[in-house]
Amino acid sequence: MTKSKTEEALEGTGRFFDDRLRAARATTAFLRKLYPDHWTFLLGEIALYSFVILLLTGTFLTLFFQPSMSEVVYHGVYTPLRGVRMSEAYASTLNISFDVRGGLLMRQVHHWAALLFMAAIFVHMLRIFFTAAYRKPRELNWLIGIVMLTLGLLEGLFGYSLPDDLLSGTGLRITQGVLQSIPIVGTYGSYFLFGGEYPGNIIIPRLYIIHVLLIPALLLALISAHLFLMFHQKHTQMPGKGRTNANVIGAPTYPYFAAKTGAFFFFIFAVLGLLSTFAQINPIWLFGPYNPSGITAGSQPDFYMGPLEGALRIMPAWEWNVAGHTFAFNVFIPALVPLGVLFTAAALWPFLEQWITGDRSEHHVNDRPRNAPTRTGLGMAAVTFWGVLWLEGANDILADQLQIPLYTLTWIARVAVFVGPVVAYWVTKRICLGLQRKDAHLLEHGVETGIIRQLPTGEYVELTRPVDDEKLAVLEYNRVGAPELPPAGPAEDADGVPAPETRSALGRLRLGLNRVVSEGIPVGDGHGNGHGDGHGNGHAAPAAVTAGEQGGDPPDGPARPAPDQGGPDGGDTGH
Amino acid sequence: MSETEGSGQEFPSGDGAEELPEPRAPHRVIGTPPPAEARTLLEAPPAEEGPVEPRWLPAEPSDLPQAKRAERVVAALFILSMLASIGFIAAYIGLELGSIGGVQRSNLALGVAMSVAFGALAVGAVIWVKYLMPKVEMTEERHPLASSPQERAEFAETFNEGAEASGFVKRKLLRRTLIAASVPLAVAPLVLLRDMGPLPGTSLRHTVWRKGMRLLVYGPNTPLRAADFAIPGQMITVVPDGYQDDLDALAKATTIILKFAPGQLMPPTNLNWTVDGIVAYSKICTHVGCPVALYEQTTHHILCPCHQSTFDATRGAEVLFGPAARPLPQLPLGTDAQGFLVATSDYHEPVGPSFWERG
Repeated sequence: MTKSKTEEALEGTGRFFDDRLRAARATTAFLRKLYPDHWTFLLGEIALYSFVILLLTGTFLTLFFQPSMSEVVYHGVYTPLRGVRMSEAYASTLNISFDVRGGLLMRQVHHWAALLFMAAIFVHMLRIFFTAAYRKPRELNWLIGIVMLTLGLLEGLFGYSLPDDLLSGTGLRITQGVLQSIPIVGTYGSYFLFGGEYPGNIIIPRLYIIHVLLIPALLLALISAHLFLMFHQKHTQMPGKGRTNANVIGAPTYPYFAAKTGAFFFFIFAVLGLLSTFAQINPIWLFGPYNPSGITAGSQPDFYMGPLEGALRIMPAWEWNVAGHTFAFNVFIPALVPLGVLFTAAALWPFLEQWITGDRSEHHVNDRPRNAPTRTGLGMAAVTFWGVLWLEGANDILADQLQIPLYTLTWIARVAVFVGPVVAYWVTKRICLGLQRKDAHLLEHGVETGIIRQLPTGEYVELTRPVDDEKLAVLEYNRVGAPELPPAGPAEDADGVPAPETRSALGRLRLGLNRVVSEGIPVGDGHGNGHGDGHGNGHAAPAAVTAGEQGGDPPDGPARPAPDQGGPDGGDTGH
Repeated sequence: MSETEGSGQEFPSGDGAEELPEPRAPHRVIGTPPPAEARTLLEAPPAEEGPVEPRWLPAEPSDLPQAKRAERVVAALFILSMLASIGFIAAYIGLELGSIGGVQRSNLALGVAMSVAFGALAVGAVIWVKYLMPKVEMTEERHPLASSPQERAEFAETFNEGAEASGFVKRKLLRRTLIAASVPLAVAPLVLLRDMGPLPGTSLRHTVWRKGMRLLVYGPNTPLRAADFAIPGQMITVVPDGYQDDLDALAKATTIILKFAPGQLMPPTNLNWTVDGIVAYSKICTHVGCPVALYEQTTHHILCPCHQSTFDATRGAEVLFGPAARPLPQLPLGTDAQGFLVATSDYHEPVGPSFWERG
C-alpha cells in the first residue's frame, strides 16, 4: 500500500533530516500553502523557467565557447567559411554549431529561451500593472521586477554580442557609438569599457564574464528575493466568489501546485525544443565574421532592444556645439530618455497612485482593468509608446514590406510616438467605461431572459434573471462607489470646509488627479441600497425595475469626489 | 494555517454573509466524505485514540473510472517520454556530424527527441493532476502583513538598546570617524577600474591615413588607379594600405570612393580633394558609427543601413534625412607616381560618431 511506503520513507529519510533540521512544522506549512489559480499567473513562471533553461543551456555553451578576439583561420565543417580569418569567439561559435553534437540545438534553445524570457517578463509586468497587483504590500516586488527587466535587457544585448559575427558586431558598434555620445563621461566610458579604441581586443572577454557570471548572479539573487516575497506575502487572487482581502482560495502546493508547475517547466522546455528544431534563429554562419567596414542591410536587434533602435531612428539630427563641446542630442536622448522615462514612471507609479488616492491599505484581490480606466489607459499609452518605437526599429523592413516610402514612415512614427499614446489612453478609457456600463447594466437588471410579460395593467415588461453568484462576485468587486473602496482624496470637515492641504497648489493638483483616477460608472441607487439579496431577486420583479431607477444619485458608501460624473450615464443605462 | 473562511474584516465586500454561502462542493472539500473513505474504514485503520482527524486532502478523485482511463493515458505518455529520451541518446551516438547535412539531421533528431521527451512528461503530468488527483479548492486566512504593535515595540526596544550599548549614537567621535573611514574605502575600488583602458587623448581625431598612402579596394586589397575607376555612378569601399587587417584602424579609416561625371560634384564638396570626379568620404556614419554601405546611383544618396541617415554624395555628403547631424568627412585624394589613388593627408576633422570633446 502507498501509505505504508510513504511512511517508510518518512521513517528513514524524513527522520534523518528532521533530527538535524527540525523542519517538520515549516515544511508542513510549505506543503499546505495554497496557490490561487488563474492563467495569467503562469506568465511569471514562464520567465522563471526560461531563466532556468538559460542557465542549463548556457552552462553547456560555456564548455565549448572561447571568449577571445585572437585571430584564427577557420578549418571546420562549414565549408563556405573555410580559410577565412576570424576571431576565436566566432570560430568557436561555428564549432558549437557544426562540430559539437547537440551544440546547434543548445545554441538555438539558449537564444529562443532568451527571447521567451524577455517576452514573458514584459507580459507578466503588464498583467501585474493592469490588474494592480503591484499595490501595497507588493511594491517592493514590482521594483525588483523593473530592475530584473533592465538587467535582462543588458544580459540579452551582451549575450548576442558574444559570437562576434557581423550582425552582433554592428550592434556592439551602435552600443559603442551611443556610449561615446554621452556628455562628459561618454568618451572615457567607451575607452575604459573597450580597453581603448573600438573594437579593441578585450570587449568580448569582458562582456563574457558580465554575461555568464555578474548579471546571472544578480538575476538569481533578485529572483530568489522575488519568489521569497511572493511566498511570504502570499499570491494575489483574481476577484471571485468568496475571495476577499483576508483569505486565499486555491489548491495546496503539495501535490497540486508542485505537479502543475513541474509539468509547466517541461512544457516550456518542449516548446523551446520545437522552436529550436524547426525555427532557425541567429544563423551566425550566414553573417560572417565581424569587420567594422562591413554591414548587411536590414540589420535588426533582438526584439527587446527594438524600441531603443527605433528611438535612434526617429530622432531628428539635433546636435549642439558649445564652447568646444558636443551635445549629441540625436544620440543620447533616444538612448536614455524614452526607456528612462518609462521605467522611472513604472517604478514611481505605485507610490504616486497611493498619494493620489490616499489608499494606503493592503490589496490582495486584483483589480479588473476596466474598473480602473485611468490606470488601464496609462498602461495602454505606455504599450503604444513602446510599440511605435519597436515598430520603427524595423522601419526599413516595414517600408519595404508595406511599400511606404522610408522617410514618410519615419515621419509617421515621429508623430505617432506622441499622438499614439494619447489616442490609446483616450480610447482605452472609453472602452473601460463602456465595459463598466455593461457591468452596471447587468448588476441593475440582471441577465436578459428574452421573456416579455404583460402586466394586468396592460404594460409590457421584460423579465430578467439574477446574475449567478460567481459572476456577481466578479462584477461587484471593487466597482466604483462600492463600499470596499477606501475613502479617497482629502476630505472636507463637518461644515463642508475643505481641508487646508487641499487649497495649496499641490493639494489642488492631487484633488484633480484623484478625480481623474477615480472616474467610473456607478451602479444606480437601487443597487447601492439593496446590495445584498435585494438586487438580484428584486430586479427580476418588474416593479422593482422601475422603482429602483428613479434617481441617478451617487451610490452609498464613503464620499468620493468623482463618481457622480458618471451619475447621469448610470441613470441612462437604467432606463 | 487554518482553513477557515475569511472574515473579510478589512474590506467587507458589501454583503459578507451572502457572499460566503454554506459550503458547496468545490468550495470546502475537507470533511466531505471522499469515495475512498469507506474503504479505508473497512480496512481496519490503525487504532487511534480520540476522534478521527478529518483528512487534509481526499484520497481519491470523484470519478474513479475516468481516473482509471486517465492513468493508462498518463502511463503511455511517460513510456513515450522514456522512449524519446532513449532515442535522444541513440541519435547522439548514431548520427555523425561531419557535414552541413549531417548537422541538420542530427539537430532534427535530437530536437524532436528532446521535445517529445519533455512534452510527453508535461502532458502526462497535467492529465495526472486534472483527472487522477481529487479536485480541491481550499481557503486559508490571510493576515495583515504588518507586525503587531507589541512586536514592533519589542523590536524598537532591541534596536535602541543595541544602539545604546554599542555607543554608536552617544559617541559622536567614533560615529563620525567611522563614516569618514568608509567613504574613501568605497571610492578606492573604483580607482582600480582606471586601468581598464587608456585615456582617449586625441586618438578619436585622427585615423591612420597619411600623405601618399594608397587606397586598397576592400576585399581583394589591391591598389586602384584613377583610370580603372572610370564609370560614373560606382561606389566602392577602400582601406588604407598596410592596415587592411587592423580592425581598430578600419573602424575609423574605412572610406568609400565614388566616381562622378564632370560637373556633377558641387560645393560644399572640396573639389581640390577629388581626382577626375572621384571623391572619397569616410564610411563610418557620423551618427553612431555603422558603415554607410548603401548607394543610390540615380539620386546620389548614400544611406546608412542602421538608422537610415542619408547623405548627398554630390554635395560634400551633407545630411538629407535621418538622425546623423554632420556630413561624412571628406578624404583628400591624389595620385602617386604610378597613377594609383592615394590620400594626400589624414581626414581634416574627426570621423565617426560625435563625442563630448569633439567640439
